[in-house]
Amino acid sequence: MVPTEIRQAIIDILADIAPDEDLTNLNDDQSFRDQMELDSMDFLDIVMELRKRYRVQVPEEDYSNLDSMASTVSYLTPKMVAVV
Amino acid sequence: MYDTIIIGAGMSGLAAGIRLAHYDQKVCILERHYTIGGLNSFYRMNGRDYDVGLHAVTNFTEKGARKGPLARILRQLRFKWDDFSLSPQKGSRVVFPSANLRFDNDLDLLRSEVAREFPGQIDNFESLIARIVDYDDLDQEAFEISGRQVLNSTITEPLLIEMILCPLMWYGNADSHDMAWGQFCIMFRSIFFEGFARPYKGVRLILKNLVKRYRGLGGELKLRHGVSKIHVDNGHATTVELDNGETIEGKRILSSAGSLETMRLCSDVSAPDTTKAGAMTFIESISVLDREPSKIGNDDTIVFYNDSDKFNWHPPTDDYCDTRTGVICSPNNYVYADEDGKLADGILRITTIADYQRWNDLPDDDYARAKLKWYDRSVESSVRFTPDFRPYVIDTDLFTPKTIRRFTWHDNGAVYGAPEKKLDGTTHLDNLFLCGTDQGYVGIIGAMMSGISMANLHCLKP
Repeated sequence: MVPTEIRQAIIDILADIAPDEDLTNLNDDQSFRDQMELDSMDFLDIVMELRKRYRVQVPEEDYSNLDSMASTVSYLTPKMVAVV
Repeated sequence: MYDTIIIGAGMSGLAAGIRLAHYDQKVCILERHYTIGGLNSFYRMNGRDYDVGLHAVTNFTEKGARKGPLARILRQLRFKWDDFSLSPQKGSRVVFPSANLRFDNDLDLLRSEVAREFPGQIDNFESLIARIVDYDDLDQEAFEISGRQVLNSTITEPLLIEMILCPLMWYGNADSHDMAWGQFCIMFRSIFFEGFARPYKGVRLILKNLVKRYRGLGGELKLRHGVSKIHVDNGHATTVELDNGETIEGKRILSSAGSLETMRLCSDVSAPDTTKAGAMTFIESISVLDREPSKIGNDDTIVFYNDSDKFNWHPPTDDYCDTRTGVICSPNNYVYADEDGKLADGILRITTIADYQRWNDLPDDDYARAKLKWYDRSVESSVRFTPDFRPYVIDTDLFTPKTIRRFTWHDNGAVYGAPEKKLDGTTHLDNLFLCGTDQGYVGIIGAMMSGISMANLHCLKP
C-alpha cells in the first residue's frame, strides 16, 4: 500500500467507528483527539481494526504515532508497504 | 470450543457479544429466560406492548455530541445515533411536601430551581457540581466513600440533600439509605448532566438492533439455555453445564448473572455469601388510560416523590411495599418525532419499593389478590403528587419482585444488583469475569458500557 491508500484505509476505519462523523474535511495535521474527541477506547479500536483488516501489529509503545492522520500514515507506511 | 461464553442476554451481555463477534471471536450467549433483555425486557399482554425496566434511557446526549457514555457506546458498537431513535424528555420533577424541583436535559433548569427553592444553597450546589465533574470513574477507593458524607460536607440544607438523593437512588442505588460516592457521581451525571430520553417504540427497538447486529456478526444466542454449573479445575473455569445437562466449552466466561449468583454456579464454591445480595426491589403498577396524560394536566416525564422531608430508601420492614416514596413515569411525555406521532395509549407507570421475600412466599391465589391490593395502594399514594388519573384507567398490570427475579435471575429480584461493585470485573478464577449491574454501571447505556469495557479489558487484549 502506498500512503494515499493507507490514508483511505484509515478513513474507512474511522467511518466505521464513528458513522455519524463527516470525514471529508478532516485536517491531516490536527490530532484525532481534538477533531473527533476520540478517547483511549477508540484508539485501541483503530489498532484492533488494523490488525483485523491488514494483519498489522501496533505495539502499545507506538500508540502515540496514531495522533493525527499525517503521523499515522507516516508511521504505517513502512509497516504496510507489503500489504496489497 | 468457544472463545467466550457469555451468561445472560441482557444489555451488557449483548453489547459484549457484539464487541467479541466483531473481532472474529466464536461467541455464545446463554440465556435462561425465553426472551432477551434481562431487566430491560418487554412483554405483550391484552394486545398491548409493555416495557419491563425502562422508564427512561439515562445518559442521553443530543445527536452530534462526541463525549459521554452514549457517544462512546455508539462508537464501540458501530451504531449511528439514529439507530436508537431516542426522543428527549419533556421535563421531570423531584417533589417533596415542602419543595418541588423541576429538571430537564439542561442542567441550568435544575440550577435555577435550586436557587428558587433553596436560595442560600446555590453556591454549595455549584461546589457539589464541581466535585462531581472532578470525580475519577475508575478510582475504587474514591468510589466507595459515603455519598451522604460528601453531601453533608457540601450542602447545609438537609431537605436539599434528600431531594438530590431521591432520583439518584431510585435510578441506580443497590444499597439502602446511603449511596457510594462513585455511584452517586455516575448517577448524577447520567440524569442531570446528560438526561432522559426514550425510543418511540420502547426498549424493544434497542434490543432488536443489538440482536440483529450480534447475529449478523456470527454470534450465537441460545434462549431457554440456563447455566446450572461452571466446572472449575485448579482456579480455571473449564466447561459450563446447562440446565438440560449439556456441557459447553469456552476459553473464558463473561457472566452478567450477578456476582453472588455467578459464585453459586462455580463448582469450587460451596456456600457463597448470600448476605452480600442486594435487596432493593420494586413493584410496578401500570395503568393504561383512555387519553394522553397531558389531557389531564400531566406533562411530567418522570416524577420522583417522597411524602416527608426525610427520604426513606430501604426495603420495607413490615409489609409488602412502602408507598411513602415512588416514581411516576409517563412514556407519553417525551418529545417524539413528528413522523412517529403519539403512542397508541396513555400510560402511567408507578414504581414502589417492595419486599422480595413476602411477595415470593405468597401462594398463587393470594399473590393475585395482593397484586390488586397493592396496585390500588401505590396508585393512591402517587396521586398526591400528580393529577388523579384513576377515572380514566382502562387496563392495568402490575409486576412484582418475583417477576423481576424471573427476568433477571438476581437474588431477591434486586434491580440494581449487589451493593458491592466489582469495578474491574475479576473473580477468583483466571478466566471468569463479571459484567452487568454487579460490575458497576447501571441503566441501559451503563449496562452496555459495562459489557463493552469488560469485553475489551478481559476478552480482547491486543
